[in-house]
Amino acid sequence: MSDQRYANFINRQSFIELDARERAVALLDEGTARELVGPFDRVESPWLAIQDVTPQSDDGCVVMKGKIAGKAAVVVALEGAFQGGSMGEVSGEKMTAALDLACADNEKGIPTSAVILLETGGVRLQEANLGLAAIAELMASILALRKHSPVICLTAGTVGCFGGMALAAGLASYVVMTREARLGMNGPEVIEQENGVEEFDSSDRALIWAIHGGEQRFATGLADALVEDDTPRVAEAIRKLVLQGVPPVHRSSQVTLYRKRIENLDSSVQWDPKEFRSLWLKGDAKEETV
Amino acid sequence: MSDFTGVRGTVWFRALAGQASPMPGDPKSVLTADAPLGNDQARFLCVVPDPHARFPCARHGEVGLEEGYALATRVREIIELDKNTTKRPIVAIVDVKSQAYGRREETAAIFLAASAAADAYGSARLAGHPVITLVVGQAFSGAFLTHGYQANRILAFDDDGVIIHAMHKEAAARVTLRSVQELEKLAREIAPMSYDIRDYAKLGLLHKLLHVDNPENPTQQEIHAVKGELVSAIEDARNSPVDLRNRLESKGALEMRKASLRVRSLLAEQWLAEQ
Repeated sequence: MSDQRYANFINRQSFIELDARERAVALLDEGTARELVGPFDRVESPWLAIQDVTPQSDDGCVVMKGKIAGKAAVVVALEGAFQGGSMGEVSGEKMTAALDLACADNEKGIPTSAVILLETGGVRLQEANLGLAAIAELMASILALRKHSPVICLTAGTVGCFGGMALAAGLASYVVMTREARLGMNGPEVIEQENGVEEFDSSDRALIWAIHGGEQRFATGLADALVEDDTPRVAEAIRKLVLQGVPPVHRSSQVTLYRKRIENLDSSVQWDPKEFRSLWLKGDAKEETV
Repeated sequence: MSDFTGVRGTVWFRALAGQASPMPGDPKSVLTADAPLGNDQARFLCVVPDPHARFPCARHGEVGLEEGYALATRVREIIELDKNTTKRPIVAIVDVKSQAYGRREETAAIFLAASAAADAYGSARLAGHPVITLVVGQAFSGAFLTHGYQANRILAFDDDGVIIHAMHKEAAARVTLRSVQELEKLAREIAPMSYDIRDYAKLGLLHKLLHVDNPENPTQQEIHAVKGELVSAIEDARNSPVDLRNRLESKGALEMRKASLRVRSLLAEQWLAEQ
């Protein structure tokens, strides 16, 4: 390691070590952050106490309104340390309602972007169907808002973004990850349970990060930015994307491109994640030369 | 779940669309057809099991990579065709046990395939297409988010074989560190955890519960009645906003989603407040 890189490493201010509230504040322009429906409003999950699970007075979801690069923005951060960042009735509604209010502001002529910080395993199983419904409604709200202003998904780690919430990430205008973050629909444990250890060895940490990790997702074009775990750099990446505005075509709408990529893959074998990077893009190149 | 057969999708697809085949170039697991429904020509879509599917973890009715993109293609096709004309109805017939759990699926980003289908359904709804979901069997977790949950209106049969849920019983018990018996007991007391479609209906997310004596073998009369219900759901969707607010403004939601409603009103109030 060069002296400069070494200095960078020891001087960095870890973003991953921040809790949800600190993360949200860190992304907004200094002095502009204002929390909405905060812990003192005490809107807790009505479903946890009856199952002997201690609720939290913000339900593990922090809504912070303010500015990013001088423009109106709302940051909604999930707290991975509370129930694995899972989506319950209240946490889900906080995120969805915040996006709907941002959408209404856009329609009134006040451009407002949204940044969603996803550290989550998906549905909170104690609230099962209301969690699943919350994710469906959140996805609908992302689709409505992203027509006007970018919806940026940041997955920093260490929980990662899994289950139904990976679909929410898939709808985002941009996805930002660190090397420590993971993004995928099914976690390794679930796959191992369903289809056996030959399909996925959930104790193989290297394999997990090689598939779900930020570096791989960025290398295969499934994440738009790969950032160091350093708060100023994370904030800078978010600012850049806010200023970039709505992409010409969202990733989840590029059906022909991705369908072709899946068609070109040999489904009879397991792919080495490193080799997959070129396998994935092989068909694209062929198209271009035609 | 062991009792998943996946026959209901094909049965209802044939009953409503008059045939049951994939479109050229699509996997056998995705049925698409255009057929008359009321005064409209509707597009019907369904995911069914294909034991010879290209991807090994998607051979029992799971929604996988190919299914996600095929659905997205067939829905987007309709958005494009109706760009400057009457928006035809899109009907999703749902009987899906789960998403595909596989290493290949994760490597090739099944989450994006699922997002692409949800994007297509949601974009169709936002463009003014009445998107109607008919749950005839199972509607689990990521599979339902992919195929069905973005609809303006959701209808389901009030039948024991109809289950809408976030996770299968056995897996949910494991994850929440309970026995299946304990989970079943809780599920009977707590509506959002219930595996009974009649409890799900209490949450206010459904447009209507329909009754069919045997959903695996419906009579002509029952099929006719279901078509009538689809037509009135289409009518209702056409006369309502294109977002999903109806799910939160329903009678059931007023009772069961009080916390959601409180979040919305508090947040709206504080959003406007002076800094």
